[in-house]
Amino acid sequence: MLLKQPLEFYSEPLAGVDRAELQGKLIVIEGPDSVGRSTQVARLRTWLEHQGHAVLDTGLARGALAGKGISQAKEGNTLGPITMTLFYATDFADRLENEIVPALRAGFVVLTDRYIFSLMARAIARGEDRAWIERVASFAVVPHAIYYLRAEVRDLVSRVVLGRGAFDHWESGMDMRFGADMHDSFVKYQSRVILALDRMAKRYNFVVIDATKTPDQIFRELQRSIGKLF
Amino acid sequence: MPLLLPNRHRGKLIVVEGIDGSGKSTQLSLLSQWLRAQCLAVAFSEWNSSPLVRETTKRGKKKNMFTPVTFSLIHATDFADRLERYIVPLVKAGAVVCADRYAYTAFARDVVRGVSRRWVRNLYRFALRPNLAFYFRVPLEVAIGRILGGRNAIKFYEAGMDMGLSRNVEESFRIFQGRILDEYEAMIQELGFHVIDATGSIEEQQQQMRDIVTRELGDSLRNGVLRAGRGDLDAAQAAPRIL
Repeated sequence: MLLKQPLEFYSEPLAGVDRAELQGKLIVIEGPDSVGRSTQVARLRTWLEHQGHAVLDTGLARGALAGKGISQAKEGNTLGPITMTLFYATDFADRLENEIVPALRAGFVVLTDRYIFSLMARAIARGEDRAWIERVASFAVVPHAIYYLRAEVRDLVSRVVLGRGAFDHWESGMDMRFGADMHDSFVKYQSRVILALDRMAKRYNFVVIDATKTPDQIFRELQRSIGKLF
Repeated sequence: MPLLLPNRHRGKLIVVEGIDGSGKSTQLSLLSQWLRAQCLAVAFSEWNSSPLVRETTKRGKKKNMFTPVTFSLIHATDFADRLERYIVPLVKAGAVVCADRYAYTAFARDVVRGVSRRWVRNLYRFALRPNLAFYFRVPLEVAIGRILGGRNAIKFYEAGMDMGLSRNVEESFRIFQGRILDEYEAMIQELGFHVIDATGSIEEQQQQMRDIVTRELGDSLRNGVLRAGRGDLDAAQAAPRIL
């Protein structure tokens, strides 16, 4: 089983990190926008804490160093695709080194709402080179488990419309103008993101979960699988 | 996959590299004036100057939040922003873009900070390959003399104080810049630097640069690169935008 082995890096070990010290569990929830990740992360956190585990939850662009800069950059209209990818990579590295690794050292369960995979999928969807971004992100720690909540783009569209009720500029990839309007651009951009994630599934050992099931069903599936990690 | 993308555009990209105090900025500024005087469209770009990233870099430096990886990535973000928004569009339009430091600065500095050579070279693979890269070679002591003579204080990251090389700022600066110098020296062949002896007089160095530019880019500067017509002369001589 995975759980007895020390965590590994994909290929570029971080300076000053001894893998043997990382005693916690690193669990990743991945999936496209609006697929229902955050709902599951919140429930898992409560459940894990009831079980007596200390939990750190984290997610893209929440870091102390670059989080604010990214949201400011997204308010303007000049953020280029490579710049955006690298800004997110900066934030990821900051959270990895300053939040995730210290929490793993302290024996926490780290529950992360997305990891390098969304970052890479967004870059690939924007036409950037797959090998380039994979190597850039290769200092990441290999998680104990990666759950990919998978849905078709039509499911995402109905979730957006029934939920928030409006399309988001960045979730629609409007910086790249994939389509004539936000709906068309959303469909095209998110299809490319899903395709990129699908292609990573095997290579990175994703556990694929059908996100069209009810939230309760998905939660139980996650519980069963995560339970085996301890 | 080649290191850096070949420039297939009308415009040209000229970059200068070297340790702090090598005099490269002075030389690039003289060179760009000379090019502008020939009515060429000249633009200028400086390392670490993107307004999009400035606040983040400032926050990180003020609170000493950087690690070798985040330090490297934030500078690559800064570089990408300048490249995507400014350098590439201008080179496509036919301008001569003069860059004070380029990806090579990261190849030297970030490696000294502890990221791998391979990783940082891949990181900048989206960059446009310069038509000319000048490396200003200077002995460490000469550079340090210039820096200490001209400024009040060496900054924390400039001195590599984040690496714990020495508690003394000047000593740390000396070790750090010495290692960067070694990295630059090792890159000369790999990256095809034109080496300028930066201990020579300012005039000698400038003459060498101009000779190399004429020899290497002469034809395309005469036709190909965007130049100002008579009516545009004032515009061409107005102060250039710096980003």
